[in-house]
Amino acid sequence: MFRLALGRLLQAIPVLLAVITVTFLLVHSAPGGPFSADKAVPPEVIKALEAQYQLDQPLWNQYIDYLGDVLRWDFGPSYKYSGRSVNELIAAGLPITAELGLYAMLIALVIGVSAGVIASLRPNSPLDYLPMSGAMIGICMPSFLLGPLLVLIFGIYLDWLPVSGWGDNPGDKLLPSFTLGAAYAAYIARLSRGGMLEVLSQDYIRTARAKGLSEWRIVGKHALRGGLIPVVAFLGPAFAGLLGGSFVVETIFQIPGLGRFYVQAAFNRDYTMILGMTVFFATLIIVFNLLSDMLALWLDPKLRHELARGNNE
Amino acid sequence: MQRTESLVALHCLPPKIAVRICLGILLTSLIACVDGENRVNTGNRDGILHWGNASEPQTLDPHIATGVPESKIMLALMEGLVLKDTKTLEPIPGVAHSWDVSEDGRVYTFYLRENARWSNGDKLTAEDFVWSWWRALQPAIGNLYAYMFFPIKNAKAYYEGELKDFKQVGVHALDNYTLKVTLENPTPYFLQLLDHASLFPVHRGTIEKFGDADERGTRWTFEGNMVGNGAFQLNEWRINRHVSVSRNPHYWDAKNVKLNGVVFYPTENITTEERMYRSGQLHYTFEVPVDKVQSYRERNAEDLQIYPYLGSYFYRFNTRLPHFSDKRVRRALAMAVDREKISEHVLKAGQVPSYAITPPDTMGYFPESDLRFDPEQARKLLAEAGYPDGAGFPPSDILYNTSEEHRKVAVAIQQMWKQYLNIDVNLLNQEWKVYLDSASNGDFEIARASWIGDYVDPNNFLDMWLCNGGNNRTGWCNEEYDRLILEEAPTASNHAERIAIFTRAEKMLLADMPVLPIYIYTSKHLIHPAIKNFPQNILNQPSFKDIYLDPGDQQMEGGH
Amino acid sequence: MNNQFEEKPIELAEAEPGASLWQDAWLKLRGNSLALAGLFILLLLCTVSILTPWIAPYGYEEQNLLLGASAPSASHWLGTDVFGRDMLTRIMYGGRVSLTVGFIATAVALVIGVLWGAIAGFIGGRVDAVMMRLVDILYALPFMIFIVLLMVVFGRNIYLLFFAIGAVEWLTMARIVRGQVMSLRKQEFVEAAYSLGLTRWTIIRHHIIPNTLGPVIVYTTLTIPSVMLLEAFLSFLGLGIQPPQSSWGLLINYGVETMEEYPWLLIYPGLALSLTLFALNFLGDGLRDALDPRTALD
Repeated sequence: MFRLALGRLLQAIPVLLAVITVTFLLVHSAPGGPFSADKAVPPEVIKALEAQYQLDQPLWNQYIDYLGDVLRWDFGPSYKYSGRSVNELIAAGLPITAELGLYAMLIALVIGVSAGVIASLRPNSPLDYLPMSGAMIGICMPSFLLGPLLVLIFGIYLDWLPVSGWGDNPGDKLLPSFTLGAAYAAYIARLSRGGMLEVLSQDYIRTARAKGLSEWRIVGKHALRGGLIPVVAFLGPAFAGLLGGSFVVETIFQIPGLGRFYVQAAFNRDYTMILGMTVFFATLIIVFNLLSDMLALWLDPKLRHELARGNNE
Repeated sequence: MQRTESLVALHCLPPKIAVRICLGILLTSLIACVDGENRVNTGNRDGILHWGNASEPQTLDPHIATGVPESKIMLALMEGLVLKDTKTLEPIPGVAHSWDVSEDGRVYTFYLRENARWSNGDKLTAEDFVWSWWRALQPAIGNLYAYMFFPIKNAKAYYEGELKDFKQVGVHALDNYTLKVTLENPTPYFLQLLDHASLFPVHRGTIEKFGDADERGTRWTFEGNMVGNGAFQLNEWRINRHVSVSRNPHYWDAKNVKLNGVVFYPTENITTEERMYRSGQLHYTFEVPVDKVQSYRERNAEDLQIYPYLGSYFYRFNTRLPHFSDKRVRRALAMAVDREKISEHVLKAGQVPSYAITPPDTMGYFPESDLRFDPEQARKLLAEAGYPDGAGFPPSDILYNTSEEHRKVAVAIQQMWKQYLNIDVNLLNQEWKVYLDSASNGDFEIARASWIGDYVDPNNFLDMWLCNGGNNRTGWCNEEYDRLILEEAPTASNHAERIAIFTRAEKMLLADMPVLPIYIYTSKHLIHPAIKNFPQNILNQPSFKDIYLDPGDQQMEGGH
Repeated sequence: MNNQFEEKPIELAEAEPGASLWQDAWLKLRGNSLALAGLFILLLLCTVSILTPWIAPYGYEEQNLLLGASAPSASHWLGTDVFGRDMLTRIMYGGRVSLTVGFIATAVALVIGVLWGAIAGFIGGRVDAVMMRLVDILYALPFMIFIVLLMVVFGRNIYLLFFAIGAVEWLTMARIVRGQVMSLRKQEFVEAAYSLGLTRWTIIRHHIIPNTLGPVIVYTTLTIPSVMLLEAFLSFLGLGIQPPQSSWGLLINYGVETMEEYPWLLIYPGLALSLTLFALNFLGDGLRDALDPRTALD
């Protein structure tokens, strides 16, 4: 296992390098520079600005400088927000996006797993159709549709919850977290139902039933572990999806998180912000994928065997 | 195998109990925030104004900031020599308690208050102004508003590097509390410029503590560092959440300042902003979504404030292109636009259709224009220019930056030109940065543009179109026009003569029509009735030291 | 020898016509009413989309500024938007765009994914290891971010949109195909084919691909809805389809902004999109169940 982790981490390095390079090239070839403004900008001013941010250097130099900075985990100054460094901005937005993602994931797991497990206990009955239809709605309703509808109902008409922002009360965070997590709850419901159904049809479950164990015991102690493997495997891509989904949810709810920063930075041609955040996100996703793969391996002895065999082939 | 058992134990919760726990959490969180007064009510009680401010400020350094949201915050934190009365826009004393103007109108002597202080208690002197204006003209700072200084003698020469010695620029501190400013020409609007952010004083000690005097992007304006001379001082700046300012006890007029603080929120999404207003989270919104204007007019008319705004919305023609080099074509296109219809049915917020570039009643100036909506005449002109019934007219692009409002106008005009002139134009939208590049590089055929006045004087709208004007971009050049604006107007002997010169110049501009005027802006806001002493003016400029909150008998019901 | 050992002609019962995988699947699908409904809706939508230029009641950009936004009425079945444009027409044209993006981007993903997965699975060994490593690596990248960047850099071009979305979705397709091909490769009938002297290419064509088609079809049907959602997200951020073209995602966006004043601007495009997504998902689920050999009817 340790060898595997190490191997993956080492693989991550060329990946990050590729990410940085591609993003760097893309960003610098985008039309519209960071200093274009509505009023005419005198050429001396543009020269001064470019010199300050070293944009007048040949591209290759800029690239090497940037790589050096990244190694020291210094993403440079933001172009748009004078005086702020990218690290500072990421540090400001990260806790919020992390919290949002965590709550969304929790909601998705709790609702999704419960719904999926319940549905799998009585397949093709109302107990199955109801949660699965709910899941289908969750999948087919995009968050930018669901979010405003919820805001309208709970924020305006009922006035229970705030219409925007990331307040300090836990209740304030409910709407955005739910909006983000809803689609994932749906996927997880379907995955866990599928996984449970597969496990529940296995022989060893029949044996347990024959032995007279209670249904709860069978489900809880024996079936869940195997049945939830597809869910665990889904966690990695789910995380990446949550990150992407946060762009939209943060925009709808005006949440001061990383997602919104990223979209703004792309539109503002804030080069350093874009590069810094891309590297940051890529690192996060790689680490998270690694963790979730580890978790899946741990839970599923079959996979472990296969891997061991694969290594020996 | 202990690990597996503990993991299994996690999964061991029977679903029923898990569901109950979840419901419990949900309910508690719901309850946790049903109570609690809304922000507007607490603000009214504590004297804190909650202000929707469009976007996160790029910076609060007055020599670097360019946006309107930044200017609002800077108005609270800093003060210039001379202020404007918010109702009449007449000059009233600021840091200077009085001033003299020489007979020829070229020399202004300002007498500063001796009790003027910075927010850290330091004395504010005339030398502070000299140093601040020096800093504003340093190229390394990259001040986009350097042109505001050009009426001052030698300022332009110094800025462009022809003069090296700042002492030759017409601003001198005669003593600690007397500032003498010498202008190139008698400039009637000079006093107005003093209220613009780039002419505010900045605290030398703080700036030099955090970097070089002309270094861009230092931390001197951040929470805990910033020192200003305004009615308020910077309290908290949480990125993308809010900027909050609180009273400045050292302000010379502190006893007349009624608000205890202002909180500025970066409300980018105007639909969300309106909801925030409705649910009592904001006293003031920066904008009002067009589709909500009607329902507010019907139901809550006292919340809605629409007022003329000193801004002009127009299209630029690229006159370098062959089909746009003929002024008959340009005039034909301008005559085929039904501005009334656009204002009433597309914009719907009282925008004034305009047939000239300068907004009417700009310091008593009313532009004269012979432009009318006349599709017949337009067709004739177009035929004369060689495109009878639109035949052979090359399809052009209308360039605009991504925004619903711009698109709506462009779509309407596209349809009108098709209907009245039978020509085809395409819509090209680019996002803001790309659009700016295209516009400034002349990489467009027709480009949407707007100009918001920095000060109330026709000069601000007309000096854009000089041959070498950085904001011209149309390729139009008329020596006679330049002469009128650059030589005759500044040396006019009185206001009436000046107005006459501008009238002639604008008529010249409109005869050639390198730009297509469409409408004059209005500013629209939702303003809570508890806000008092906040008259609207055409510069959309608030005076935070005068505003106060008085809920009276009204308490805003949450969510109506 | 006794007569009991005389050979009697063995009477064979009528041989049951063997059911191929496809016939079996069709039978099962027919029994699944939700999936059938989904198929029907999909076919209806596609027909309407293709015929739109001929059957749409109004012109695409036909404005009626004096009318403005109006509720559904006899002349405008689904109402009009703020420009007075007929919503039914807009939704029909929007559907053309959304469905086109859905199908083409999925096709891009399909082609790349199937080729990649088939080659990796069939050749196996080191080539497979390298190819799948690449897939794993790409899987780990923050794609939403790249798409945003791509659209910002290269402008909001519809062809770029196809490519960008397709480039995100092919990875899972490759994995599925490769898994399927690998397991097939080890099957005995393939070995038999080899021993019969068939070329690799023939084996791929006649044996591997037809047997992979099942999961591929299922996954394709399930990719289209997620592609359409992705396009809608991009449009929300201002990076997808640009006006004057319209897609359901864009229409929903406009509708969200005015959902209190003109709810029909949101309801109908929202219904259209949701209905299509429902149909595709149910169809995909049905196909998956139908093609699953474990639930064979015989």
